[in-house]
Amino acid sequence: MAQLDAKVPAGPLADKWRKHKADIKLVNPANKRKYDVIVVGAGLAGASTAASLADLGYRVKCFVFHDSPRRAHSIAAQGGINAAKNYPNDGDSVHRLFYDTIKGGDYRSREANTHRLAEVSVNIIDQCAALGVPFAREYGGLLANRSFGGAQVSRTFYARGQTGQQLLLGAYSALSRLVGGNAVELFTHSEMLDLVVVDGHAKGIIVRDLVTGEITRHAGDAVVLATGGYGNVFNLSTYARGSNATAIWRAYKRGACFANPCFTQIHPTCIPVSGDYQSKLTLMSESLRNDGRIWVPKKAEDRKKDPAAIPEDDRDYYLERMYPAFGNLSPRDIASRAAKRVCDEGRGVGASGLGVYLDFSDAIRRLTENGVRERYGNLFDIYHEITNENAYQVPMRIFPAVHYTMGGLWVDYNLMSNVPGLFVLGEANFSDHGANRLGASALMQGLADGLFVIPYTIGDYLAGQKPGARPPADHPAFAAAEGTVRAMNSRLLGLKGKATVDHYHKELGKILWTHCGMARSRAGLEEALKLIPALREEFWKNVNVPGSSESLNQSLERAGRVADFLELGELMCRDALAREESCGCHFREEYHYPDGECKRDDANFAHAAAWEYQGEGKVPLRNVEPLNFEFVKPSVRNYK
Amino acid sequence: MSTLSVTLRVWRQPGPGQPGRFAEYPAKNLNSDMSFLEMLDVVNEELTLKGEEPIAFDHDCREGICGTCSLMIDGKPHGPHRGVATCQTYLRSFEDGAVILIEPFRARAFPVLKDLITDRSAFDRIQQSGGFITARAGSAPDANATLIPKGDADLAMDAAQCIGCGACVAACKNASAMLFVAAKVSHLGLLPQGQPERDRRVLAMVQTMDGEGFGGCTNQYECSAACPKLISHDFIARLNRDYVKASFRSHLGQAPAGSGGGAG
Repeated sequence: MAQLDAKVPAGPLADKWRKHKADIKLVNPANKRKYDVIVVGAGLAGASTAASLADLGYRVKCFVFHDSPRRAHSIAAQGGINAAKNYPNDGDSVHRLFYDTIKGGDYRSREANTHRLAEVSVNIIDQCAALGVPFAREYGGLLANRSFGGAQVSRTFYARGQTGQQLLLGAYSALSRLVGGNAVELFTHSEMLDLVVVDGHAKGIIVRDLVTGEITRHAGDAVVLATGGYGNVFNLSTYARGSNATAIWRAYKRGACFANPCFTQIHPTCIPVSGDYQSKLTLMSESLRNDGRIWVPKKAEDRKKDPAAIPEDDRDYYLERMYPAFGNLSPRDIASRAAKRVCDEGRGVGASGLGVYLDFSDAIRRLTENGVRERYGNLFDIYHEITNENAYQVPMRIFPAVHYTMGGLWVDYNLMSNVPGLFVLGEANFSDHGANRLGASALMQGLADGLFVIPYTIGDYLAGQKPGARPPADHPAFAAAEGTVRAMNSRLLGLKGKATVDHYHKELGKILWTHCGMARSRAGLEEALKLIPALREEFWKNVNVPGSSESLNQSLERAGRVADFLELGELMCRDALAREESCGCHFREEYHYPDGECKRDDANFAHAAAWEYQGEGKVPLRNVEPLNFEFVKPSVRNYK
Repeated sequence: MSTLSVTLRVWRQPGPGQPGRFAEYPAKNLNSDMSFLEMLDVVNEELTLKGEEPIAFDHDCREGICGTCSLMIDGKPHGPHRGVATCQTYLRSFEDGAVILIEPFRARAFPVLKDLITDRSAFDRIQQSGGFITARAGSAPDANATLIPKGDADLAMDAAQCIGCGACVAACKNASAMLFVAAKVSHLGLLPQGQPERDRRVLAMVQTMDGEGFGGCTNQYECSAACPKLISHDFIARLNRDYVKASFRSHLGQAPAGSGGGAG
């Protein structure tokens, strides 16, 4: 059974991080250059980790499966990044950002981690501005802010509709500086396919070069995974097509616990599905909910009507009706479920009936069309490209889609997993967002972890490791891990079956969306736990992976990732089944209040469930980390 | 919803430096709301089931921001429309029965890795040589301590939109990377934080650009016409000014841009 010691420092909440930084061990500057740190991933968390550790003097090797670190999926975040700067003077503070985040997560995150995130948020904005991130500004030259879902203050910083790209380019430029200065060794087109554990500690990785097919071993004194979320397990999602769970999943199979895998965020404002061929869903930034009003017809028979022909009295602005205090800015899980409910009632719009209107006609009256264009022009353009509709004239149609995963590898307060030496950052870990993430908080967490947490906490681990004592890459553990990788690739290529990798990915996605999506039930999850192993068994008999492993082979890359998804999907359903309550994104049909809101069970489920691999074909072990709320009192979330 | 059928004439090349050829593939009864890359997905599914190797092409976010997708479609980088990437191109833009020519971005500095995938790491090396502001984590002053006029910030943002796809290079008859470098140099050079390294940055990035084998600029502006973010060629003029000034200062041994006035 895994030892899950969260290592949360004692003392008042607001003092924990400061005190911890003063207490943990340091590595002296002359010794830092004797340690090799492996960083996998170069999104906001990975690139900022690689850069800040190299600036400290560690020798860093950074691995990305993309052709360039600037492609990581952090780049696609549109709306913004939160920080408790309180520049607008509207009552924000570190405590309020902490409170909004822990409440937004429906009291399923660790208090101390969430508070630290709020604390360092202010430094992130300073650091990014120094790197040249062109944040939106006011005429006086000061930074501009806007409001976002789940908050009643304006604390979101932004760069038009592409905050993620601008922040990532900032982190990428810092990384580039250190690659150019030979302080970071960068490996592009390099996918991590296994973690190497020696005497219980993470000491290396096995990597496949996606261009040449070459498989190599890399040893290090510590391994940092910043490989993002696993939402593509659903096939259709707002993730980039290449986003995958392989790095964290293979680390799980080497002993790292996987926490709360069923906590997957469904974002309320995405463009609805149009056909079977569809490869991805496109998000329309949550910032649109600042000015757009969401509605469906009151009467189901109106759903095919031209929206302009539906009089005001026959429209149901359901978020404003159900949640008058937060209205269209209700948190994502709540807004998504409300959309599902009105569609289930037969009032959904569009050809499939799976859509609701996001209407800007009021905003255009108030701000003029140009005013709306200034704020959201690029989003309206995206909408037009995809749907061929002009949203200045007809309301947008939107529907929820998989967007983010709050679950991930279990980490302690130092962001180290239960495997010593293995650190997990950003979306890949589980720690800060509980059962639901608020908008504009993912960018914040990625940078917080990489810029301001890991530079301190990794030293605490490395100080206990003798410099130069890392095992060589010819250690038997490396040979064994490399053998596992080679065997899996050969097996995939040798099957020569009759169905494609994508076929299995789509089938898995349908099972998960139906049974482990916006609403979950015991019967549905039990059904999924029969369907997924059967699908996996068929995959391993009948998949067709063309080509060889000795060259660029995109089918082989996808096959390995889908093979992992077929295992992870099962764990998600197992986790959702075991969590007999509703909280945040996790809505179990058996547990809700009469008005349909989530009914948590704090007596039995105020904990993180951290699953421990027990070997192939064996049921994994469900470990529990109790969440001891010392400073906030969990209450029923109220956005009314 | 309407459907259409097209014929794809696609560049196939097994690996770097190996001979390539065009191959034709029919793509039938496609939904006109399908994206161009989804059409390639569908063709690849069919090829896989027939036991052939699918067409290798680069893609990732499929929403026009990561810059991974490329392709020359009927001779145009990112296809027929202005201001979008290939992943944002939809079949409704093509006629039923059309023959569509699909090639990789072609430039000496972007060698083909396989089929439609090219190696654009030269852009990374240009960035590594100077495309940054040196600011170590932990050392930054309060973000509002430096005021930046909205006009400057907006112009910097116009340049910063570059997604690093390489369409500018593919569109240029000289395979010049001037628009890419101009966007990066202008973004950082317009901001007060970017002043201390301004001369160093432009000199290093231009030198690396030349060393990577990109061609020179002859001011025909195919680059900004093909840019999925419509980055203006005005930034090239800005780059030229910055480069000339920095070269003079460096040759004449004068203090670089951004150095303080000091006493006297």
